Amino acid sequence: MVRNGFRSELDELQEDILKMGTKVETIIYESLKSLANGDLEMAKRLIAEDDAIDRMELEIEKKCLTMLALQAPLAGDLRVVGTALKLITDLERMADHAADIAKVTIRLDGQALIKPLIDLPRMAELARGMLRDALWAFTNRDAMVAMKVIRQDDEVDSLYKQVFRELLVLMIEETKNINQATQLLFVAHRLERIADHATNLGEWVHYMVTGVRKPLRASGVNPV
Amino acid sequence: MFASDVAVVPREGEYKIKTVDLSLNYGATTALKRINLGIGAGEITALIGPSGCGKSSFLRSLNRMNDLIPAARFKGQIFFDGQDINSPRTDVVELRRRVGMVFQRPNPFPMSIFDNVAYGPRIHGMRSKQLLQSKVEEVLRAAALWDEVKTKLRHSALELSGGQQQRLCIARALAVDPEVLLMDEPASALDPISTAKVEELCTKLAKRYTIVIVTHNLQQAARISVRTAFFLNGELVEAGDTEGIFTNPQDKRTEDYITGRFG
Repeated sequence: MVRNGFRSELDELQEDILKMGTKVETIIYESLKSLANGDLEMAKRLIAEDDAIDRMELEIEKKCLTMLALQAPLAGDLRVVGTALKLITDLERMADHAADIAKVTIRLDGQALIKPLIDLPRMAELARGMLRDALWAFTNRDAMVAMKVIRQDDEVDSLYKQVFRELLVLMIEETKNINQATQLLFVAHRLERIADHATNLGEWVHYMVTGVRKPLRASGVNPV
Repeated sequence: MFASDVAVVPREGEYKIKTVDLSLNYGATTALKRINLGIGAGEITALIGPSGCGKSSFLRSLNRMNDLIPAARFKGQIFFDGQDINSPRTDVVELRRRVGMVFQRPNPFPMSIFDNVAYGPRIHGMRSKQLLQSKVEEVLRAAALWDEVKTKLRHSALELSGGQQQRLCIARALAVDPEVLLMDEPASALDPISTAKVEELCTKLAKRYTIVIVTHNLQQAARISVRTAFFLNGELVEAGDTEGIFTNPQDKRTEDYITGRFG
């Protein structure tokens, strides 16, 4: 009954999740970079990259379902496979949001920004950090780090509120800012959602490690 | 964690059977070490563990089948509806009527289907042909076998398929109106369809009977039982809600066993 073959399949699954997570982290970083630099070529490449991440999700999902059908995992192993299925959904959604940010870069079409980007990159950096920590917690079975990820969501939410107020002021001051400010607001919202998905990752990893699934934060009410 | 420290799950008063510090030796070999386990009334409790872990010995203790092994020596107590079954006042025949047993391999008697089922009630004094007929139909229906055999009740039970024979054995156990059914790997010799039928039957019967089932098939334990107890080297390592045992066991040995790291 000792199942070495299954053990190596689980190791492979972990590697796949890490690869997907690393790609998602990169696309988040580059989406902000494309926006800050008005880099249309990079933005187009990122949109194509999102399709590749979608394919990764499908491949990992198939592996998980096959493992459930053929290996009937239980206890800790079941939680790893169940968590993997949830993680890839959140990772895929994070990449979608990053691709949406790249689409904003294309919509702005190289126009000068109405304000220097300060808080948006900070939001992106925080969200990426949450993603990195969630992946670390997943690999190292670390419930404490998973909890840290969950707590960090508040910082992103408060930055979002700040960006929202700032852009609102810019729109009130100058109506010609409305178009671009709305686009930047959209970016802030995408980043806030990315952090929410990173929080989900933290919650699922916490469950995977502890076996206890319980609400770890207040309901996801929009922070604004 | 020693077995006596294990928290049994059903609330006090809901146990049909409860063992207290139950130990069992076969000569110099220790089969069970101080087992404290409550079996909830009207539930299916699964006993799991690797071969030789003591789960079948525990099962056989519950209706004193181990009495048949001369070298078997007990310590501790087994309460059935609050009565110590090892007390000298216990009528063992009556105990085994109330606590029936189904074995791994179907073992129909070499007689007709009808006579297999009527055997127990006859021994317990049922003589009326009409009553016997009605009892046979009742329990064959309860065992989900009636529709398949109603036209051939006088045929030999040995003509039935393995799955049908096992359901016949369950019907035979039910015919003496037991309160508890002990099942020792009842589906291990059956194909997947017959296994599914026996599992479905167990679930149906649990509404009326208390069932304790020994199984090596972890998925089967997960599918049909409400409580699961994990035995290892004669110890009760962990007992609890089946959902908890199979998704988040508290003892590393349970985790290692059910995830296939040993066994």
